[in-house]
Amino acid sequence: MNRNITISFVLHTLLVIITAMSLPFLAKKPIDLPPIVSVELIQISDKTNIPFAPKAKKIIEKIKEKEKKLVSEQAPPKMVKKEKEDAIPLPDEKIEKIKKIKEKKQNPEKVETEIKQVSEFEKKELFDTSSIAALIDKSKVESAKTDKKLDKITQDQDKSIDFGGLSLSEEDALKAQIFGCWSIPLGLPYNENLLVRIKLQLKPDGSIMKSEILDHARMNRPGQGFYKVLAESALRAVKLCQPLRVPSSGYEKWKELQLNFDAREMLEG
Amino acid sequence: MLFRYLFILLILLPLKAFALIEVDITRGNLSPLPVAVSPLSIDNESKNNFKKILKKEDLGSAISAVVENNLRQSGLFNPLDKNAFLQKADIANLKPRFEDWNLIKAQALITGKVTFVDEKLRVEFRLWDVLAGKEMMALAFTTVPSNWRRVGHIITDKVYERLTGEKGYFDTRIIYVSENGPKTNRIKKLAIMDQDGFNSKFLTLGNELVLTPRFSPTNQMVTYLSYFRNLPRVYLLDIETGLQEVVGDFPGMTFAPRFSPDGKKIIMSFAQDGNSDIYTMDLENRIVERITNHPSIDTSPSYSPDAKYITFNSDRSGYQQIYVMNSNGKNVKRISFGNGLYGTPVWSPRGDLIAFTKLHKGKFYIGVMRTDGTGERLLTENFYQEAPSWSPNGRVLIFYRETKTNSKGEGFSAKLWSIDLTGYNEKMVETETDASDPSWSSLLSN
Repeated sequence: MNRNITISFVLHTLLVIITAMSLPFLAKKPIDLPPIVSVELIQISDKTNIPFAPKAKKIIEKIKEKEKKLVSEQAPPKMVKKEKEDAIPLPDEKIEKIKKIKEKKQNPEKVETEIKQVSEFEKKELFDTSSIAALIDKSKVESAKTDKKLDKITQDQDKSIDFGGLSLSEEDALKAQIFGCWSIPLGLPYNENLLVRIKLQLKPDGSIMKSEILDHARMNRPGQGFYKVLAESALRAVKLCQPLRVPSSGYEKWKELQLNFDAREMLEG
Repeated sequence: MLFRYLFILLILLPLKAFALIEVDITRGNLSPLPVAVSPLSIDNESKNNFKKILKKEDLGSAISAVVENNLRQSGLFNPLDKNAFLQKADIANLKPRFEDWNLIKAQALITGKVTFVDEKLRVEFRLWDVLAGKEMMALAFTTVPSNWRRVGHIITDKVYERLTGEKGYFDTRIIYVSENGPKTNRIKKLAIMDQDGFNSKFLTLGNELVLTPRFSPTNQMVTYLSYFRNLPRVYLLDIETGLQEVVGDFPGMTFAPRFSPDGKKIIMSFAQDGNSDIYTMDLENRIVERITNHPSIDTSPSYSPDAKYITFNSDRSGYQQIYVMNSNGKNVKRISFGNGLYGTPVWSPRGDLIAFTKLHKGKFYIGVMRTDGTGERLLTENFYQEAPSWSPNGRVLIFYRETKTNSKGEGFSAKLWSIDLTGYNEKMVETETDASDPSWSSLLSN
């Protein structure tokens, strides 16, 4: 028994020595490697990450962050003096009462419902709950096939994957169009936080199905005359510009669009 | 297992629902807004009545022409050609066919009606948003028929304010020095006119030299410089009564007067023995207060709208520069540091800017800077121009400009000019005679 163990030990030792002797790195000198140069790989995408106007972008982001604050920081509503048009011209008792523009109060419930509708719509588009169990079972059986399919992304899949915005050229085309349509009210103060956000629902041809000022309630608040003027000018611009220059494909992506109008960069000069 | 998947999916679901594409619009065009000013409709009976009283063929068209001219002069609006209008004035006033107005690219529409009621002029007007297809404003005025031009100005003010967000400046007047005769022997009279150059009339006879008239914020009083016993002195003139008086009993020369924002004080320079300082005089109790006390020439004082500060020019640094101090004369700070000489500082009614005249390398500039002296912008350059005065909304400056004389001493003229705060829309303001030293009133119908 001891003899067998000894023979085995000797033979194994021999094997190790022979193997070690034959390894090349022991025989050769280490290679003089040049210093490592790191290379950063950047994935080229056609999605824009470049803010169009860095200054304006910053301002807009700032406003968005401070939006809640701004509401609370608003000066208390001024006592609006009765207009005295008739003070110098003689007052006319029979004058028709000034027709008030009906306040289209934003209905928060309505907005919520709309958001829900959007969610429901998206849910249907993405997932069919009744078939999820079947899909899971199938995936086990057809795993090999699925691997192959991954290379070929169909249009439907693309729709659900590409949540991103418009491409640089698409966004630029849209901006350029609206720039041309928007007559900026020059009397607006440049040092006030005036940002008008308009949500649009578009038809496939770029014409407007529905436009909604997101802070609509602010328009009719006392002391918000400047905001109202800006909001109306933005709405005019959108209506004047339609049909908007939207991409010919990917309707699902841009059928709802939010435009943020901010004139301060231009008013500041 | 199924429920776990469902739960995760439901959490992830809103990610797509809120992935709304946002596009930031930070630029627009500054081209004038296309506006259609439809002639105000008028019935035949009213037309005939006004024709007898005012000798105007069609008062409705005349008022709309005033509005149209005002809007065009502002540089912010482009009134469209009436020949292109598809809808008649009387129908448009009731219910505009927005498609027709849209077709001619109008973004806003002004319609209205003129009637003769109880010997008075009654004007209704409506402002419409053509693209939104809705009424933006509707007002009516009643006045004596001779006030018809003012009605046009008030309508313009309302339209301007509704569409730009700032108050208008059309129902205002301008006081200026009317000049006649050769350069060496000019006859200078005080004159007043509407901001569009109409209804001009003289306030003085031209016996004495008059300079630097300034409106009171109440519009009934004017302060100006004239000569009294061969000494230049500050005067007060009541426009309505024509009464005038010398301000204060100063032993020397007083000049460069201006009212305080509440109209209760006059601030001016008083010069004696080669030194001039700034003084105020309370118009109620006639108490005189010395504001600056410096061996240099301090002049051209102008209050800030809140009356807390005064801007003036002084050569205390060796050259004529602009300074700002508290209204009690303390905390004097120099704010102009550019090359050249600075003078005639005037605080904007908005409070954010100071307009000035600058002389540099033989040329005169009208410019604006912030009240701390930063952001200097020169709006216009010429051979000789000075004395800027702000429109009541702080959007437009009016000043005067003189032309060079030729070798024979001919060709001299002095004219009023206006320019927008942005440096655009530089225009000559029509006056019957040569004109200088303009001063813009505040809105007559506040």
